[in-house]
Amino acid sequence: MSVASAKKRGASPLAVESPGLVEIRWHARGGQGAVTAAKTVAELALGQGKHFQAFPEYGPERSGAPIVAFTRLSDEPIQLYSGVEHPQIVVVLDESLLKAVDITKGAPENAVVLVNSELTPPELRLRYGLKGHRLYTIPATRIATETIKRPIPNTPMLGALARITGLFTLESVIEFLRYEFGKKFPAKVVEGNIAALTRSYEEVRGE
Amino acid sequence: MAKATPNVLAVTGNEAVAEAMRQIDPDVVCAYPITPQTEIVQLYAQLVADGKVSTEFVTAESEHSAMSAAIGAAAAGARTMTATSSQGFALMWELLYIASSYRLPIVMTVVNRALSGPINIHCDHSDSIGGRDSGWIQIYGENHQQAYDNCLQAVRIAEHPDVRLPVMHMYDGYVISGAIGPLTPLEDSRVREFIGPYQPVNPLLDVQHPVTVGPFDGLHGWYFEHKVAQNLAMERAYQVLQDVADEFARLTGRQYGLIDPYRLEDAEIAIVVVGSTAGTTRLVVDQLRAKGVKAGMVRVRVFRPFPYHTFAQALQHVKVVGVLDRADSFGAQGGPVFLEIRAALYDNDPRPQVLPFIYGLGGRDIFPHDIEQAFGVLDEAAKRVRRVSTQRRYLNLRQGRGLEHERK
Repeated sequence: MSVASAKKRGASPLAVESPGLVEIRWHARGGQGAVTAAKTVAELALGQGKHFQAFPEYGPERSGAPIVAFTRLSDEPIQLYSGVEHPQIVVVLDESLLKAVDITKGAPENAVVLVNSELTPPELRLRYGLKGHRLYTIPATRIATETIKRPIPNTPMLGALARITGLFTLESVIEFLRYEFGKKFPAKVVEGNIAALTRSYEEVRGE
Repeated sequence: MAKATPNVLAVTGNEAVAEAMRQIDPDVVCAYPITPQTEIVQLYAQLVADGKVSTEFVTAESEHSAMSAAIGAAAAGARTMTATSSQGFALMWELLYIASSYRLPIVMTVVNRALSGPINIHCDHSDSIGGRDSGWIQIYGENHQQAYDNCLQAVRIAEHPDVRLPVMHMYDGYVISGAIGPLTPLEDSRVREFIGPYQPVNPLLDVQHPVTVGPFDGLHGWYFEHKVAQNLAMERAYQVLQDVADEFARLTGRQYGLIDPYRLEDAEIAIVVVGSTAGTTRLVVDQLRAKGVKAGMVRVRVFRPFPYHTFAQALQHVKVVGVLDRADSFGAQGGPVFLEIRAALYDNDPRPQVLPFIYGLGGRDIFPHDIEQAFGVLDEAAKRVRRVSTQRRYLNLRQGRGLEHERK
C-alpha cells in the first residue's frame, strides 16, 4: 500500500524521507511477541517482493525483561548490518517501558510512534511527558484479551501498524496469519487473531 | 520458513545452514549445542527425528567428544558434518589438528562468537581465527545466502582428491545466525548433483584393505614429511576453491572468488574486512565515492589457505590499506588479518601503508560512521609524505573502565 492510499483511508501518511529504506524499532518485554511481529513484517515485505531484515538485540532471554528488535524494509538489497540508530517507526508493546527506556532515542522528528496503551495520545503525552514525533495508541492488550483470549499484544499492533504506516495492507496481514497460524493453531485461534487485527486497524488513535 | 516470492525464503542464518545440511544429507552428524549455533543442531535433530534425512545423528556430551566422534566417523568412511561456536570450538582444539592431519574431509559450520572471558555470547571472530593454524580450510561468509552457498561448496572442496582436508565455514553469530534475511535455495536434486556421491579414501570400514589411522610416529618416523604434505594440500586448495566456486556459479549465477573486492580498481584507500561488516563497508564506500573519495574494499572470503598473491595483486595500486579485525592477537603488531595483509604486501613496489583497526569485539556494534572514521584515517595517511603510526586504532571503543590506567 502506498503512502497515497494510506492517506485515502484517512490515516496519517508515513513521511519517509528516503522511500528506499524503512527502519522499525520494536520495544517490548520478553514474551510479548515483539520478535515474532518484527519477523512477520519482514515476511510481509517478502510477499511484496521487497527486501527485508529482522533481528532482535539479544540480551537476557527471560520473560518480562525489556527487549528490542528491529525490522528493515527496502526496495534494494539490504547490506547494512548494524543496529537501527534512527528508526522512522517505533512500536512499543508495553506501556510500562515508557518509564524505563528512552523509546524515541535517535528517532527523527517525523517518526511514527505507536504505543500499546489504554490512553489516547494526548493523555499519554501528559502522563509520560512525551514531546514531538507522531504519536498513536492502541489498547492492544485489551483487544488481544477479548479476541484471542490471551494478553499477547503483537497481533493487534500489526493491525494498527498497517493502518498508520501503510507498509502493508490489512488484507495481506490477514492472509498471512490465516496461512501461517493455520498450520499451527486451531481455527478458533486463527479467527481470534484476525478479529484482533481488524479491531486494532479500526481502533488505532492518532492526534 | 514462509514462502511468498518464488524461490526466496525468509530465514535465519542458522536455518539457511540447516537447510543446506538437509539437502547434503551427510552420513553422520556429530554435534553438541552451543549459542549461537544451537538452532542448527536443534533443527537437524528434528529432521533426523522426522525421517527427513538418512543421517546417523550422534549426540555427544561435549564438543571434544563431538569432534572425536566426527573423526571416527570420517575415518570409517562416512561423509561427516558438525557445527559449533566459541567455547565449543575452543574445546575441540586438539581434535582440530587430528582431523586435518588424518586428512579427513569433515565439514564444520562455525557460527562466530567471542571467547570468554568475560562471558560473552555475541559476535566476534576470535574463535575461528584462533584455529587458523589447525590445518583446516577456512571460508568466511557475509550473509544468509553465503552461509548456505559456502556450506554446499565446503563439501566439494574438502572431498576433492587434490585437497582431502577438513573445511570450516563461518558467518557472524546473531548478526546473521539469528537475523531473518533472504535465501534463494537450490532444488534438492541440484544440490545432490552438485555435491555428488562420496568416495572415501582408505576408509577403515573397507576391511579388504585394512589401514592404520593415527599410529605413533616417533623420532625416526615421517611426522615432518606429513606436515609438509598437509601444507602442499593447502597450496593445491587455492585452485580447487576457485574451480568449485566457478562450477557453483554456473549452477546458480552467484560467482565467488578467493577474495571479494568492491570498487577497488582505481581505489587509493581501501579497507579489508571479514564477515557481515563487509556489507556495511560497501555502503560507506558508495557514500565516499559520491563525495569524490577514491575508496574501495576487499572482503576476505578464504582465510586458509590465505590468498596472499591475490591480495598483493588486488591492492598493488592502493596507497593506504586499513585492515578491520574482529579479533585481536594480544602482543602482536596488530590483529590477525592485519598481520596477513601486511605480510602479503611486503614485496609490493611501491609498498602500501597498512594500518590495523580493531572493532566489534564481543558483539560491539559497528555503524557506518565508525567505518567512515576508519576511512578518514586512511585518507589522512594517504596525504602525508611520512608513514603514520601502525598503532592499533579501535572503532566504537568506549572510554573509561580502567583503560586510562592501563595506558599509563
